[in-house]
Amino acid sequence: MTSTSTQAPRQRDPRRSFQDLVLTLHDYWAAQGCVILQPYDKEVGAGTFHPATTLRAIGPLPWRAAYVQPCRRPADGRYGENPNRLQHYYQYQVILKPSPDDIQELYLGSLKAIGIDPLLHDIRFVEDDWESPTLGAWGLGWEVWCDGMEVSQFTYFQQVGGMDCNPVSGELTYGLERLAMYVQGVDNVFELNFNGLEGEQKVTYGDIFLQAEQEYSRYNFEHADTDMLLAHFDDAERECHRLLEEGRQENGPHLLAQPAYDQCITASHVFNLLDARGVISPTQRQAYILRVRKMAQGCCEAWATTAAGGGARPRDDA
Amino acid sequence: MPELLLELFSEEIPARMQRRAAEDLKRLITTGLKDAGLEVGEAQAFAGPRRLALVVQDVPLRTPDVVEERRGPRVDAPEKAIQGFLRATGLSLEDCDIVDDAKKGPYYVARMEKKGRPTQEVLKELIPEVIRRFPWPKAMRWGARRLKWVRPLHSIICLLGGSVVKFEVEGIESGNTTQGHRFMAPEPFTVKGFADYEEKLRARYVILRAGERASIIHARANALAKDAGLELVEDDALLQETAGLTEWPVVLMGAFDEAFLDVPEEVIITAIRVHQKCFALRHAQEEGGRLANRYLLVANIEAPDDGAAIVQGNNRVIAARLSDARFFWQQDLATPLTERVEELDDITFHARLGSQGDRVRRMQQLARDLAPFVDADEEEAALAARLAKADLVTEMVGEFPELQGIMGYYYARKSCVPEHIARAIAEHYKPRGADDDVPLHPVSIAVALADRIDMLAGFWAAGEKPTGSRDPFALRRAALGLIRILLANNIHLPLAAFIEQQVRLSPAFDGTEEGAAEKAAEITRDLLAFIRERMKIYLREQGHAHDLLEAVYAAGAADDLLLIRQRLEALENFLKTEEGADLLAGIKRALNILKIEEKKERRAFSGPPNQHMLIAVQEKELASAITRARGQVSKAIKAEDYEAALAALARLRTPVDAFFEHVTVNAEDPTLRENRLKLLNGIREVVQLIADFSRIEG
Repeated sequence: MTSTSTQAPRQRDPRRSFQDLVLTLHDYWAAQGCVILQPYDKEVGAGTFHPATTLRAIGPLPWRAAYVQPCRRPADGRYGENPNRLQHYYQYQVILKPSPDDIQELYLGSLKAIGIDPLLHDIRFVEDDWESPTLGAWGLGWEVWCDGMEVSQFTYFQQVGGMDCNPVSGELTYGLERLAMYVQGVDNVFELNFNGLEGEQKVTYGDIFLQAEQEYSRYNFEHADTDMLLAHFDDAERECHRLLEEGRQENGPHLLAQPAYDQCITASHVFNLLDARGVISPTQRQAYILRVRKMAQGCCEAWATTAAGGGARPRDDA
Repeated sequence: MPELLLELFSEEIPARMQRRAAEDLKRLITTGLKDAGLEVGEAQAFAGPRRLALVVQDVPLRTPDVVEERRGPRVDAPEKAIQGFLRATGLSLEDCDIVDDAKKGPYYVARMEKKGRPTQEVLKELIPEVIRRFPWPKAMRWGARRLKWVRPLHSIICLLGGSVVKFEVEGIESGNTTQGHRFMAPEPFTVKGFADYEEKLRARYVILRAGERASIIHARANALAKDAGLELVEDDALLQETAGLTEWPVVLMGAFDEAFLDVPEEVIITAIRVHQKCFALRHAQEEGGRLANRYLLVANIEAPDDGAAIVQGNNRVIAARLSDARFFWQQDLATPLTERVEELDDITFHARLGSQGDRVRRMQQLARDLAPFVDADEEEAALAARLAKADLVTEMVGEFPELQGIMGYYYARKSCVPEHIARAIAEHYKPRGADDDVPLHPVSIAVALADRIDMLAGFWAAGEKPTGSRDPFALRRAALGLIRILLANNIHLPLAAFIEQQVRLSPAFDGTEEGAAEKAAEITRDLLAFIRERMKIYLREQGHAHDLLEAVYAAGAADDLLLIRQRLEALENFLKTEEGADLLAGIKRALNILKIEEKKERRAFSGPPNQHMLIAVQEKELASAITRARGQVSKAIKAEDYEAALAALARLRTPVDAFFEHVTVNAEDPTLRENRLKLLNGIREVVQLIADFSRIEG
């Protein structure tokens, strides 16, 4: 191995490296006044679940954030054999609240930053209404197409946790693997160049994640203990409602909104695992979704009473 | 006269909402102008991905002056009332007129002249109001605004006679500026009027008219196909959609691996249409017409590399889509369709109507019962019904719901189900809409009827019938399908009995309840009335005269729909003949006289005429002709031979004509008059067996 420590920093190239794609987006959105956050440390099915989106979309306070969020979709596992489908993948998430008037231009600017020239490619905003039954959330917007491929979801949040969003947040979600495959011109996700180096130093997406895809597919479809998971779901639900109850104050902000929300996230993920294991019938499915939604709604309402939720003035520090 | 130009420029409007939005904009603005007293010329509205536009010709610059009259108190009314009136109108007593009223005496009238006002002012109120209340199927808020629009609204052009009508909607100010193509000409520019607007847009890569965009796409698509020796798979809905997704449509040809063509072609066409909004291509008919491994995409930009990068990108997405479709196909083939039926027990059909499994079991029995009426084999009909919904649990139908039935056909064939039974799985959904044809094969007909009768009876039993514009389960379409299948295949079906049976079998119906039998009969009557009403609408759309329809419907409530049409057609044919038209005149004369006399005396002239009081020869002949006709018509109707029934009726023509020529109905002798009116009533009773002739016009 040759040492690279003495070399000058390499110019970022999002068309050759997965990590440069992420770093370029970070640079771009940081320049737009976003806080660059790290992934939330819980298993979620989509970047929207991050409290920086779900909870911050509630209430009147302005907010701009961007972050990468690993997403788990147990049912999408294909044992690493499908070139496009993964049970674990990355979303790049941007939330701008209130949504600025030039949000489309800002978004298109980010595509330019990662090397997509809108005069050479066919970029389109195609109707796509977004709804998350588990979060009690919906919004209107588009899927953004680049040469027929969906590269982002673009949503104006109208409701979260059953509450009207006022002001409205604009949410941008990039499917990072897909976008990287597109800009790198690669047909198989596992062949993505992760670190942008060549030869022996090159690390591919497959080097990092192929084995994980295989192992987790086995776990998700064959080995997950469903009785245990069913109990986990019930536990998380009970804990969520208990926290919501105990943190409530008559005339003050809720004291446990985020810990309660963590339990809601857990329940949602456990439900996804149970679904992948095929132990939830279509009729039960609806009931589980409603149970998660009830938790989410409770958490969002609790959050709305807190300082960050805009419901309570922050205390004057003595 | 001046022209009004309005443009509402926004972020991308969903393609499916554009046409309706243009119509709504035109309607709301022109109605608003009319309500303000303005008479305007032609209005045209346009819609595209980023803009709604409207041009109205010949808009006067002022609304006309009007005089408003207001009636005041009587001249001798208390002073207080008169003063109040004057305050309200702002007039003095001298300004008021006095009008004399014969009954109430003279009263004051205020004539207030209302001066017209500048149309600019009307527009300043009208347009923001229209924007705020625009009937989008789904609208949204954005930023910190309260305004709702389909997607964020950015700017407004409003020009009357070339000058800007200044107003503001939630911080969005009207002006004369807009933008061209999002990428090829993003710089703002100003416009002077409609012609200038359309021309400048075109120069900036925006075709304003959706129709023109669609024709460009269609023409280019056909030309490209032709150059490649292929044919376009026509798809009007897709054409309209792509015209709604582009401001500057550019058609390009892409390709995919031949190997994908192993998958049924419906799957390929659907996969590339639904997900990618691309057109499929076929080889020429003389070369067998099979699907080609090419497709057409519609881009929204003229790229400097002639679209090479765009095609390359699309090819990769299409390949991924098709490999997904192929995966579903192979996955589904691993389990024979016949073994998937029981999975339907896990799918809810409707909360109150049980699972799809329950429904299929009901359909299975019903198809068996219907089989003899449609010349199908009972076992075959039952098997086809059992398999009819099995593809709902397949991966492919999960991904592409529009392939339901079609996948069932392919999977059934792969499970060695005979062709005509497999075909029934695909055909039982037919007709899918007004433009679709009906199933013609006996097994398909049995299943198609079973599907619709069970569905209608079930929803009726659950109290879920359509109301007004709400028909979430598409029951009107189901009823229309039922009607068309029966009529097109000449099927006599005692519908009431089958409906009642399915009502009783419905999980939403409680058979143990008190009065259950009556309730089932009531639901059946109501549903049957609904179906008959839909059929009336359908027959009218088919060009049958409404008065003849009313005449046939009024004659009796048959549950055999084919019979209703047969009566109608027999009646139409009969009235086309000379004797028919002539007899109609005679009958109508008889009915008219009866109606007048019955009204006068407030009683009916029912019962047989007294034979001994028939004096004139013509009278006697008419009486015996009626008796004869009554027997013949009843017999013919029992045999469902409407031609014969009408022929028997036609024999009344000569005696009726002779009667009216020689006999005076309203004779001076009251007993004679009553007897003759009873004779006319006899005519009415006979014709009523066929139709209510009083409803026939002309």
